[in-house]
Amino acid sequence: MSLNESTLIELGIGIIILIGTILGFLSAIGFIRLPDVYNRAHALSKSSTLGVLFVLLGTFLFFLLVEDYFSIKLFLGIFFVFLTSPVSSHVICRSAYRAQVPLAKESVRDDLKEVLEKV
Amino acid sequence: MKDPNDVILRTVTKVAVVIILTFAVNLFVSGHHNPGGGFIGGLAFVAAIVLLFLVYGIEKVRKNFPVDFKALAGAGVLISVFTGARGMLIGEPFLTQAFGYVHLPLFGRTEMATAVLFDVGVALAVIGTSLTIIMSIGDDR
Repeated sequence: MSLNESTLIELGIGIIILIGTILGFLSAIGFIRLPDVYNRAHALSKSSTLGVLFVLLGTFLFFLLVEDYFSIKLFLGIFFVFLTSPVSSHVICRSAYRAQVPLAKESVRDDLKEVLEKV
Repeated sequence: MKDPNDVILRTVTKVAVVIILTFAVNLFVSGHHNPGGGFIGGLAFVAAIVLLFLVYGIEKVRKNFPVDFKALAGAGVLISVFTGARGMLIGEPFLTQAFGYVHLPLFGRTEMATAVLFDVGVALAVIGTSLTIIMSIGDDR
C-alpha cells in the first residue's frame, strides 16, 4: 500500500479527532465514577474541554489542509470554548459550594470555609 | 449579604461578549449566500445582551445602552413593510426585491440587495421583541 501525502494528512487528522473522542469518553467515565460534585466538575471540565478542542482542531485542520479553506468560525470556536468552558465549571462549583453541597467523605481539608467564615 | 466576588466571570464576559457580537454580525451579513440571516443574527445579538444582563445586572446595562426596545421592534416591522412597499411604488408586486453592484471605497465591488434592508427589519424586530420579553420578566416592577 502506497502512502502519499494527502493520505498521511487525513490519517493524522483522524488520529487527532480520535484522541478528542477518547478524551470525551474518559470524562464521561469520570463523571460517573467520581464521588462528589467538585471531583466530577474536575473530571468533566478539563478533559471534555480538551476533547472538544481536539475535535474542533481536527476539523479545522481538515478544512485547512484538505479543502484549502481557512474556517474563521472554527478558529473562533476553538478560542471561545477554551475561554468559556473552564469559567462555566468554576461558576457551577462556586454555586454548589455556596449552596452547601457537602464534600466527599474522603476530604481532609476545607480551606475556603475558614476564609468565608472570616468575611 | 455582601455582593459576591465574581471577578473571573466579569473579566471573561468582557472578552466573550465581543466574540458573540462579532459572530452575530457575521451571521447577519452571511445570510444571503451562507447559513445565517436576520433572525439568527438578531438572536445571537440578544444572547450577548442577556449575558451582560446576567453578569452586570439589568439596570447598569440599561443605563449604558439606553434604547427603547419596544420602539426598536416597531421600527423593525416598519422597515420591513417599507422595503416591501418599494416594489409597489415602481409598479411591481409587493415584496419585489432588487439587487445591484456598487463600488465601495474599502470593499471594492459589492453586491447590494434590498433583501438586506428587509433582513435589517427582521433583525431589529427579533432583538426588540426578545429583549422586551426578557426584561419584562426579569424586572421586579
